[in-house]
Amino acid sequence: MKDFAFAPDFSDIPVVHFENVGVRYGLGPEVLRDLTFSIEPHSFQFLSGPSGAGKTTLLRLILMSVRPTRGVMTLFGEEVSRIDQRRLADLRRRMGVVFQDFRLLDHLTLYENVALPLRVQEMEEARYRAEVTELLAWVGLGERMHVLPPVLSGGEKQRAAIARALITRPDLLLADEPTGNVDPGLARRLLRLFIELHRLGTAVLIATHDLALMDLYDARRLLLADGHLHIDA
Amino acid sequence: MPAGCSSPTAICISMPEKRREKVQGGRVPGTTNHAQDDAQDDAQDHARHGAPGDVGPGNRPRRPLPGRAMIARLLARQTPLVPVDSAAARALVAVIAILTFLAALCAGAAELVATNSAQWRAAVGAEATIQIRPQPQADMEELVAQAARMARDTPGVLAVEPFSLGQSERLLEPWLGSGLDLAELPVPRLIELRLDPERRPDLASLRMQLREAVPGASLDDHAQWLARLSNMAQTIVAVGIALVLLVLIATGLAVAFATRGAMAGNRDIIEVLHYVGAHDAYIAREFRRRFLRLGLEGGAIGGIAAIAIFVALGWISASWRASPAGDQLEALFGAFEIGARGYLVMSGTALVAALVTAAMSDLSVRRFLQRKP
Repeated sequence: MKDFAFAPDFSDIPVVHFENVGVRYGLGPEVLRDLTFSIEPHSFQFLSGPSGAGKTTLLRLILMSVRPTRGVMTLFGEEVSRIDQRRLADLRRRMGVVFQDFRLLDHLTLYENVALPLRVQEMEEARYRAEVTELLAWVGLGERMHVLPPVLSGGEKQRAAIARALITRPDLLLADEPTGNVDPGLARRLLRLFIELHRLGTAVLIATHDLALMDLYDARRLLLADGHLHIDA
Repeated sequence: MPAGCSSPTAICISMPEKRREKVQGGRVPGTTNHAQDDAQDDAQDHARHGAPGDVGPGNRPRRPLPGRAMIARLLARQTPLVPVDSAAARALVAVIAILTFLAALCAGAAELVATNSAQWRAAVGAEATIQIRPQPQADMEELVAQAARMARDTPGVLAVEPFSLGQSERLLEPWLGSGLDLAELPVPRLIELRLDPERRPDLASLRMQLREAVPGASLDDHAQWLARLSNMAQTIVAVGIALVLLVLIATGLAVAFATRGAMAGNRDIIEVLHYVGAHDAYIAREFRRRFLRLGLEGGAIGGIAAIAIFVALGWISASWRASPAGDQLEALFGAFEIGARGYLVMSGTALVAALVTAAMSDLSVRRFLQRKP
């Protein structure tokens, strides 16, 4: 069973490291070419670029739902080509993901959705009940915990998706257009939520094409264009 | 309320005190530098659309909160991760029930034949018949008495019952009719022997002795008829077992297709489960649990229906037993009773159908998951 204490990790091993990584779908052209970069522990970065530049593909690469067709990629110090299915699940437990389309399970209540990462770790419900209700209250959904996602607004779904990503206190948080469905005010507050999480030690990667949002926080920017990555430190 | 929060129900940038305590001494202490910004933003945002934490308009009266015990019960009730598609689930339960019903009927019929065949063989095998064909110039009563004496002297023969001439003639009445004078007909004489099932007599030796000492005598131990009966019963049982296996295979295939359909329909859910760190074994278990429940449901319906059919037919056959037709049917086909073992076999078939359902769904899910990147 996972130790639920907030274990410090001062390791200098990059959370994610890419070395000349390329990706193509089938026999088509490479959608990502020669990516070489690292995401350090406790770092904060934006991933930007025009629509269709490959931001989501890069996030899927890190999530290992897409495998690189060339190059070397390591995740928490482990080379992905040597990672089997079981280990992959273990590594994903160290990541939190906020999907652009939320990916909440419509037949589960908000409480069950947020608790899902702990439930799949076969933790007893009584052990995480207080934690989940507290987090739901923290994101302002304390009184909506028994509601099914289809009746929620976009902003509420967004916050529920973020709560689900945070519940395991991940080492790496990936967020794909997390402010794409909310108004600027809520976008600012969600950004500050991520900044706070970063301050607590999580490496954060936010994919967005919202330049105004990026201007709100001084962080490293990874710019994807024509399949190439440009890093603006 | 943490520093920087302007409203107890708003998203506060600071972690709650309890969470902050947990992370103190962690990787990076959580300190908030945006308190003033938060207050400004929150004030502006609240003015526009209310606090994110607010469920509705601020002045709306809140409903009374449920009790702590009720909340705990609500939270502890975990929805199955695999959503139950009621229409598809009902169809699958119906298919499993029908197939289990057929499998249990086949198993019950095979058991019935096996039981009755054993009873027939035991009954017929416990008897033998000496037949003495009429001999001209010979005293038939003397020959019958001599043969009966030899049979009585044979170890393993429990009882010897010679049929009198009158009894032998009555045996012909069903074919020739009654009221006829059969004195001129050469009617063979019969002697019925009851054999000890524990200590079988040496019938070959008795046959040889009879052939030498009693002209026209022959001994019929029904061996040929028993062998044919045994072969027929074994064939029927084998066909029954084959049918049960075929039906179970059909059940497995139906479940495999249903599982694949469920997996394809729930692809998004499986993807999310993978992303939040679920192992394949965990996902497979969730599907197996669901299909085992459906299998048990279908198996129970089919099994109970088949058992009910057997109980009803047994009851009908028992109610006919007193009538001449019922007696003839029972004489020909045996009693319509499968006993406790038969019902156990039928229940076991239903259980196996449920287990096949669970096993096939597990196999299908694992194969499906292995194909995923």
